[in-house]
Amino acid sequence: MEHTHTAAGHETAHVDSSTKTIWRTFWILLCITLVEVGLAFLHLEYGFLPRVVLNAIFVGLTVVKAFYIVAEFMHLGHEIKNLIMTILIPLLLFIWFIIAFLYEGDSWKNMRKDLKPGTPVETPKVGPAVKPGHV
Amino acid sequence: MDTAVTAKKKWWAGGYSPFNVSYGKLMMWYFLMSDAFTFGALLIAYGTIRFSSPSWPDPNEVFKSFPGMGHAELPLMFVSLMTFILIMSSVTMVLAVHAGHMRDRKAVAKWLLLTIIGGFAFLSCQAWEWTHLFHEGAWWGRNPFVNADGTQASTNFTNFFFTITGFHGLHVTSGVILNIVILANVLKGTYDQRGHYEMVEKVGLYWHFVDLVWVFVFTCFYLL
Repeated sequence: MEHTHTAAGHETAHVDSSTKTIWRTFWILLCITLVEVGLAFLHLEYGFLPRVVLNAIFVGLTVVKAFYIVAEFMHLGHEIKNLIMTILIPLLLFIWFIIAFLYEGDSWKNMRKDLKPGTPVETPKVGPAVKPGHV
Repeated sequence: MDTAVTAKKKWWAGGYSPFNVSYGKLMMWYFLMSDAFTFGALLIAYGTIRFSSPSWPDPNEVFKSFPGMGHAELPLMFVSLMTFILIMSSVTMVLAVHAGHMRDRKAVAKWLLLTIIGGFAFLSCQAWEWTHLFHEGAWWGRNPFVNADGTQASTNFTNFFFTITGFHGLHVTSGVILNIVILANVLKGTYDQRGHYEMVEKVGLYWHFVDLVWVFVFTCFYLL
């Protein structure tokens, strides 16, 4: 790697000396966390917002926090596009992982409930294929 | 980092790092990506089991204690403090990286030291929380908490909680050790001789990743 030219040794000439964006990111992260905790308390005390809506908000705010940590603190937002893409595109797999596995978990719950010993067996409904009149 | 990539610059023609970062930093990114999948797998497994359970313990009932507050019910307060400590230590780390760009050795040492203190504070909080839960009867394979609907809970809840927060705590621990090693090098003047403080950036990436994982652990275990 000796001949590889990187910016590491050449960046002191034009470094932004202000720490403004760092502190701005800090306040954003802190405020989002306070909003999350605040919403959780409102739900505990007054039942504010149904659980499903609240969970959707929590997940959304978590993603926003993750964005600010990665883009600003980890500086990924300021790297060149190719690098950003090699990191982000593989992580898109998570979208499918989450959908597939949570669907699987929910399916197991339903099977456990419906197939528990002692559960009355439902008579299979007649499907549309064997409707009388069409035979 | 120099981001002025002009159209004329041939990044892939040799002589330049195509991603405009050093080898070490790029590999740190790829390591963190693989680590993200490890944590993702753990958290998704937790989600799957939780989705497959008819009921689950209410986190506000389990995590409601605060050191020195006796039996006062203070859900979310302690974990909010832990979150604040970790975000704060992320800020001091990014300030250390910033000071490294300025080649300000004293400032780098100061911010790194504060980051290490933040890391220790977080680990102490986690140690207290684990001890407290242990004394309540919770551990791997033991779950004293009942489900939100009053039924007997399985040990899935405690198993996942201790495994995932434990794995995260292990990352915090190794992050603190890395920070201490780098701080020793900073004080020795290793990076002044080398001409740049890039090692601070690399451990900084790792440290922010630990903070990033905590954001997800916080949501999955304490909020949802």
